[in-house]
Parts: sequence; C-alpha cells; structure tokens
Amino acid sequence: MPAPAQRRIIFQHIDEPGYTNDLACYLRHGGYANLRQAVTRKPEELIDEVKKSGLRGRGGAGFPCGVKWDLVDRKSGKPIYLVVNADESEPGTFKDRYIIHQDPHQLIEGIMITCFANNVKQAYIYIRGEFPEGARILEKAIAEARAGGFVGPNILGTGYGCEIYVHRGAGAYICGEETGLIESLEGKRPYPRIKPPYFPAVLGLYQCPTIVNNVETLCHVKKIVEIGGEAYAKIGTPNNTGTRILCVSGHVQRPGYYEFEVGKVTLGELLNEVCGGPLPGRRFKAVIPGGSSAKVLRFGERFKGKRKIGNDLVDYDWGVEDVPMDFDCLAMIGSMGGSGGVIVMDDSVDIVAALANINEFYAHESCGQCTPCREGSLWMKKISARMVHGEARTEDGALLKSVADQIAGRTICAFGEACSWPTQSFLAKFGDEFKAYPESRKAAAAPAVPLA
Amino acid sequence: MTSPAKTELVTVNIDGKEIAVPKGTNVIEAARLVGVDVPHYCYHPKLSVVGNCRMCLVEMGMPAVDPATKAPVMDPATGCQKINWIPRPQIGCATNASPGLHIRTQTPQIRDCREGVMEFLLINHPLDCPICDQAGECKLQEQSTGYGRGYSRFVEQKNVKPKRTQLGPRVTLDDERCILCSRCIRFSKEIAKDDVLGFIDRGSYSTLTCYPGRKLENNYSLNTVDICPVGALTSTDFRFKMRVWFLKQTNSLDTESSVGANTVVWSREGVIYRITPRRNDAVNDTWMADSGRLLYKAVRAESRLTAKDSLAALLARAETILRLSPGLAAVVGSGQSSVEEQFLTRQLAHALNAPAYLVSRTAEGDGILVSADRNPNVRGALVTGLVSDLPQPYLDDLGEAIDRGDVRTVVSVGEDLMAAGLSATQLAKISVIQLGTQVCASSVAASVVIPTLTVFEKAGTMINQQFRLQRFAKAVAGPVGAFDDLEVLARLIAAAGGPAEPSDLAGVWTRLAAEIPALRGLSYAAVPETGVVLDASPWASLPFVEGESLHHRPALVAASA
Ligand SMILES: Cc1cc2nc3c(=O)[nH]c(=O)nc-3n(C[C@H](O)[C@H](O)[C@H](O)COP(=O)(O)O)c2cc1C
Ligand code: SF4
Ligand code: SF4
Ligand code: FES
Repeated sequence: MPAPAQRRIIFQHIDEPGYTNDLACYLRHGGYANLRQAVTRKPEELIDEVKKSGLRGRGGAGFPCGVKWDLVDRKSGKPIYLVVNADESEPGTFKDRYIIHQDPHQLIEGIMITCFANNVKQAYIYIRGEFPEGARILEKAIAEARAGGFVGPNILGTGYGCEIYVHRGAGAYICGEETGLIESLEGKRPYPRIKPPYFPAVLGLYQCPTIVNNVETLCHVKKIVEIGGEAYAKIGTPNNTGTRILCVSGHVQRPGYYEFEVGKVTLGELLNEVCGGPLPGRRFKAVIPGGSSAKVLRFGERFKGKRKIGNDLVDYDWGVEDVPMDFDCLAMIGSMGGSGGVIVMDDSVDIVAALANINEFYAHESCGQCTPCREGSLWMKKISARMVHGEARTEDGALLKSVADQIAGRTICAFGEACSWPTQSFLAKFGDEFKAYPESRKAAAAPAVPLA
Repeated sequence: MTSPAKTELVTVNIDGKEIAVPKGTNVIEAARLVGVDVPHYCYHPKLSVVGNCRMCLVEMGMPAVDPATKAPVMDPATGCQKINWIPRPQIGCATNASPGLHIRTQTPQIRDCREGVMEFLLINHPLDCPICDQAGECKLQEQSTGYGRGYSRFVEQKNVKPKRTQLGPRVTLDDERCILCSRCIRFSKEIAKDDVLGFIDRGSYSTLTCYPGRKLENNYSLNTVDICPVGALTSTDFRFKMRVWFLKQTNSLDTESSVGANTVVWSREGVIYRITPRRNDAVNDTWMADSGRLLYKAVRAESRLTAKDSLAALLARAETILRLSPGLAAVVGSGQSSVEEQFLTRQLAHALNAPAYLVSRTAEGDGILVSADRNPNVRGALVTGLVSDLPQPYLDDLGEAIDRGDVRTVVSVGEDLMAAGLSATQLAKISVIQLGTQVCASSVAASVVIPTLTVFEKAGTMINQQFRLQRFAKAVAGPVGAFDDLEVLARLIAAAGGPAEPSDLAGVWTRLAAEIPALRGLSYAAVPETGVVLDASPWASLPFVEGESLHHRPALVAASA
C-alpha cells in the first residue's frame, strides 16, 4: 500500500510559489477571515470548538488544548496571559521556525483568536535567542497586523483590544519548559517552578493565570475555528486529531518537513516512501520518533500487545516500520510523539557516540536547579564521552543506566525525563553494543580530539 | 488583644502514625512531630520553598473514594479505607497536610531516591572534610552517613570551581563545596532584603557568586553561613579556629538592642569562639545580626578592666567615699544590666536615699533585628522600678545637680558618665565609684573602680521590646580580678548601710517575685527558653523609641493602625 498523501493545513500555502510572509499576501489568501468571524462569536463557543476538535498540544506533551484552556482560573479577577512557546529547542525539531519564517500571520491570527476566546489582553511570543530572523519577521508582521486592525487596542472595530509582544530568549533549552519560560519572561533565570503550586493556569506569568501553547498548536486553533471543531476532529485518528508536522532529519534520502494527518502514516511509510529510504548502501539502524528526548527505537525490534480501536481491543504485532505516527501508538510502544522531530540513524552510526552526543546536549542545557538532573546529566555525559574518547569499561553501560534511573521521576521539571530517557532507551535497545564497546574500541582507529 | 485565628487541624498519617497538624503544615514539619526524619537541604522553615535538592522525596497517598458516589473505597485485606498511592515520589517540603494525607518514608523506592541524591551531591564535592570548618555540623556528612550508599561509583574528573572567594568582609565562599540549595540567595533576598547573591553558569557548573561590583556586606551576612547546609559559606572570623565538636553551647541573648535575639555562645575551656542565633519564632526566628556576633570580643579586649586588689579592699574604699558626703550621692543604672542587677541597683539607690538615673542609647533601627533602642533592657529598669520613665538622651539633670552641688558622689553601674553627657569639669567635681568591664573616661576619672563581668560570664534575665522576659546563661568564667555584679551590688548596699540583700540569682528572684508585681510568682528557673511575655499595661503610654521590626509592632503604631 503506498503511503498516504500529505495533508497540508498548516503548510497550506507555505512553499507555494509566490507565497510571501507579508500581510498583503496573507490577505490575498483569505487571511484574517477567521479572526473576523471569531470576534462575532461568543468566546465560550470558540473554546467549545477547540474542545470538540480534540486538538492535542504540539509542543511535546500532547496535552489536550481545550482541557488546558478549561483549567484557567477565570475567577481570580487577575488578567489572563497567553504565552506562545516559540523556543523550539528540542534537537530534531524545526517546524515552528518554518511557520514563523514563512507564514507569521497565520500564527498571529491563531494567537488573536485564542486571546479573544480566553479574554486575554496581552500575549507574549517567547522566541529562542537563536532565531533573530524569526523575531524580526514577527515584529514586522505584528506591526502590519496592528496597522490592519487585527492586533491592538480596538480589534476590527469590536472594542476588544489585545497586544502581542515578542520576547527573545538568550539561548537556553530550558526556556522551552513552560514555567522556566515564564520565569525567563519575568526577567529571571529560567528555573522551572515546582508544580504544585505553580501551575501556569493558576499562578503563571506574574502569578496570574496563564496559557502556554506551542506555535503549531495555535495555528491549529485557527484552522479549527475555520472549519469547526467537529470537522477538525474527523481529520487524523480518534484521540489523535488533526494534522501534525513531522521534521525528519538524519540518514534518509529526503529529510525535511512533512505534514500528515495524525496516525495516518506509519514510520516505515514516512521513512521509506516519503523520505526515500536509507542512503545508498545503508540500512536503518535506529530512529528517535519525537525529538531527541524521546526513547529510541531499534529497527528489527517488535512490539506486541492489545490496543483499543473504537470499542474493541485488538492485537497488534508491529515492527518499527509498522508503527502509526500518533501520540497514543508511539506512547504504547514506549516512546512518544513529542515535538515531531524524527531523527534517523543508519548502520554507520556508532550508537555509543550518538548517546554521548545527546548526553552532551542535556548536560549543557540542564538548568542546574535540582540535584538529580544537574549532577546526573553531567555524569552521564562524562561517562559516555570517556567511553568514546578515552577508556571504555564493560561496566559503563550498567552504570549509565543506573545513573539515568536515579533521575527520571525525581526532578522539578520534565527535563529529568528528557535527559534520562535517551540513556535508558539506548541501553535497553543497544545494551549489547555498550557491552562490546571496550573490545570494539581496541580495533578502532585512533581516538578523535576529545569533546570539550 | 485579639486572639490568634483558630487554625484548622487535619489528621495525616506518616509511616503508620496518625497526627493532627494545622492544615498546610508541610510533610517535613509534620513528620518531625511524630519523630520521623525527612532529610532535606534546601528547605528552611523561615524561607520560601523551592524544592531543588530533592532529598525530601516521600511516597504520598490519599484515601480512595468512588469517583461517582464519593463513598470511601474499603480495602478488604485491612478493613480500612484503601489508599491510592502516587507512583511518583513527591517532595515533602512542598507537600502540605490535607485531610487523610498518607506518607511513607521507609520504602525501597524512597531509600533509593535518597541514596541517589546523596550520590549525586557527592560526585563533584571535594570531600575535604578534614580541613572543612563545617565538619561536625555538616548536613552532607550527617545525611550521607544516614542515607547514603557508603561507596563511590564515580571515576570521572570532578568539576573545578573557585575555592576561597571573599563574598564580603565576613563571609568566605568555597564554591566546590556548594550544593546549590539557594538558601543563602533566598535569605539575602527575602530576609536581609539585600539581593546580592545569585548563581551564574548552568547545570553542574552553576556557581554561587555576588552581583558584580557588590559585596555581601549587610549586617545579616553571617546568617548565610549558619544556614548553609555544607561548608561552602564560612565565617571569616571563625574559619580554621576550632572544631565544632569541642565547643560547649550556652544559651544567651544578643544584647546590642532591645530586640533580644536569642543566641548560642560556643566556647571551649573558657574561651568563646563564636555566637550564633538560637531559634525563637516570636523574637528572631533563626536569625541575628552580624554586629551581635562580635560582642564576645569584649571578653578578652585590651580595654578589659581587672583589679589587683581584693573585692573587700575595693568595697572598703567605696564605703569611705560614700560616708564622706552622706545624702549627696546619685546612682547611674544601666539598660545593659540584667533585671536582677537593676533590682539591686534600685535597692542601692534606696539605701543611699539617692536618685537613680538611666543612660539612654538610641540610634536608627534597621527594621529587622536591631532596634532603635540599643539598650537591651530598658524595660527591666521600668519593671524593677529602678526608674519610672524612659531615660533622657543625656544625663543633663544629673549634670545640673552636680553643678548645684547637690551631688558629690556617683555610683555608675557600668556606664561611661562622660559618654552619657557629663563634662570633664563635672566629673572633676565628684567622686565616682565605677563598676564596669571596660576602660572608659569615667573609669579613668573614678576614685574606685570595681571590675565586673560581661554578659557571657554571668547569668540573668532581660526584658526585650515586647516585654518578653528572657534568660541568658553563663558561658565562661570571668577573669581573675573581675567580680560578680550581684555580689558587688549586694555588698555595696551593705556598705551604704542598707538591708542585707541576696547576692545570688535564686535569692534575688525570691525578692523579685515578692516585690515586683509584674514578676509575681516567677522564678529564674521557671522562665521558658523562649521567654515569657509580661503584662506591659503599666507602661503602655510611654513613648518607646522602637519602630517596627521582625516580630514587633510598637503598641502605639499598632493602636493607630
Ligand atoms: C525541557 C523541556 C523543554 C521544552 N521545550 C519546548 C519548546 O521548545 N517548545 C514548546 O513548544 N514546548 C516545549 N516544552 C513543552 C512546554 O513545557 C509546554 O508543555 C508546551 O509549550 C505547551 O504547549 P502545547 O500544549 O501547545 O503543546 C518543553 C518541555 C520541557 C520539559
Ligand atoms: S529537572 Fe533539570 S532542568 Fe528541570 S528544574 Fe531540575 S535541574 Fe532544572
Ligand atoms: S553556598 Fe551554601 S547555602 Fe548557598 S547555595 Fe551553596 S550550599 Fe546552599
Ligand atoms: S527539601 Fe529540598 S526538595 Fe524538599
């Protein structure tokens, strides 16, 4: 069966010849019609549409967007803020940047609809420091939108007003974690907050109720208002509605962005057909399906169990290639859809070196607030770097796993999982390579210059 | 007076032990009440909760209820309500008591959590306990013994960080020992209101530092040393001086102002090495000012007064002077004396039929733990009846009396008469019998000098700005040639022809309990460690100089608010 075709709703116009990121072009393509329509409706109705749509967050956790909006404390009398998470830092993920660069007004329209629905008067786009171009594009687009009456004190003559501010980060992955982001936005070190009590929906930015949503999520909100929640829910698969952008990188013929209905394409179809399969003479070895913190899958392993389809429990017996790319199936086989970053490794990859690379990243990015993550991430980095560049010991694999086991589930924020899942899964899936590593190193060429 | 708001009590279960605690009490404090230790580093009862060390992880559960009917779900095995345990461990410091909360601290998972955190804290730690001042009172040492694995699996290079940074005039930092708990940062920001500390860099390379161009030099900087759970922050004064396990601890008071912060004096073989705060939630919480920690330097100061003559010889000279000009004496008492000394000073004035004065000591208060009244015990002088009004800024009335020739002899109980406002000419006109511990202008001018003891060398009580009667105990013996204040005063009274007065604490307290209405029924031994608040109503209308501070709102302010 050939792979299903892409279904581009976020990328509807992106990459079309002649489609530019200015307001005029956006308006020519029917832009801001959904906002125009939204402001004539009751805010509760809009929230209802989003609930009906079944939209799940595209930032990593896949949390239902309507439920998140429902949790917002609307009785406190304090202002409600919207924070747009454009920190896109998870290795392997590059969709939000593309949206911002190519179609910023789509995001702005999604933001304004969300603000109107939630009675938000101030929205912040927190964009990572490494996206200066994106920040410039957003500033320009917001200015255009303000001039056009889509943003600002009196939106489309309704009397409803809302401002959007762009805030640039200073280059730290942890600023993507929503409470770290909020601290950073307040001008502090981005130390994630303890939850309880600091749930953003109640005690978020400046201790006010705050909605944090990913860039892509908010673009979907615009689409939901356009076609209605029920119609949107028919796209994708039950509980995994809509489309999602998959960012494929690594050892495939055609890496890039692909937008599919959630769950309609399998990993095998995506990699072999859509992305053209492995590089010449190579075979797939491993794939990380949802950003570098998602658990790795090893080609050749099988996943068996029962899953719910409709009201029935049916058996499944999948190879890596058979797994549908949706939140639930990826979770079922012990990994996650995460941020949509699919990282492919072929048989040229030294799996220990790959883990050392990932560990290096997380050790560098741990905020350092809580003990297990702070110390464990650097320890794992030191062990795996030593294995690659110095002397590997047969017991190092077991030690690595034990260190990772002391982190996950014991930290302030989900970075603890993000930094330990790679090690845990690499060891679970490729434990043999770690064991054999000292011997294989002896046969290998002279060591490379050590990592800093 | 308003009665304190009733706090709702809730019953929680910790390791199988039920206890009722005020709603919102956190698990660490609740566990303490049932004798269960929940080890922790970053939590401090007087600072905000950040939950960063992860040492206090516990298992948490709530009684199960049927989601539909809300009826309790029973466990057939035990016959009790079933408990739904959360699989993920929770931090005790940020978990607050709610009805039915169940906590387990002794499970394999929690043991593993603690071992993990201990191992993580130690891998980059220099393990230089043999040369570390904190050894013996280090939470890292204690908890690695109690909860660690006892061996290391770490074969990598340890991180290298700055070893001896002078954060300010009194605090030295060893960043390699720092476990990044942020207590010192929170203290500086929340209590000292001097937000100068912070971390730079990130991850395991995070480094505590002072804001560029600033110093940790506020008058509370040494509290960071007290609350640092490890040997990262050390007192520059105490550094490398003494092993803490050799030191004897004596409860005392900070006598630098009327706040009366509770303290501990640490000494060995008659030598004091440091002073630290002692927790009193109604007075100073767990803090004290740096300035109060240096007071012990008076004990061995160059200017310390001692006598070569015996006390009997000194008293004989004093008696001669007192006899020379009967009816023309005055007594200058002190707000730095203890309640007991002030009572005897009053009795001395009675015996001499002389007026009693008190020396005022005021300066700006800092709003925290140093009040505007730099006498620790003006209220003692009021309560004992030594004086009936607040002291004048200077001893002008006494000066005029001297100038008129109404006063020829002055007994000064520890006060420098010159500093208190008498001129050299006035001093030259009188004979001074000077009691005290330090050389001063009036001891130089005095006819008789009777050296006495510092607060560290004797016991007694003082009454702070809240009218709280608090005890201090004797930490070290006084030097040869200095005499106990009570004995000196009792014998002076006798020399002045007064009745026999007791010269020991217990004896004076028998007199106080009988004579002084506010102290009726009390005894020295009966005063609790945290003090006892006296009825202040007889003095309610006096314009006390203190402003607002940590646990004190002046009565007049409180009334007008
Ligand atoms: C360590 C860490 C990093 C994260 N980084 C990002 C990020 O770069 N972008 C993002 O949208 N969400 C990120 N998240 C998820 C956010 O915390 C948050 O869940 C998300 O922005 C919510 O948006 P959504 O509900 O629309 O997905 C991160 C989470 C963690 C724990
Ligand atoms: S888990 Fe890591 S990133 Fe998250 S708060 Fe703790 S130290 Fe910081
Ligand atoms: S110096 Fe001490 S108190 Fe401050 S963060 Fe480090 S360990 Fe904690
Ligand atoms: S005491 Fe540090 S996390 Fe609770």
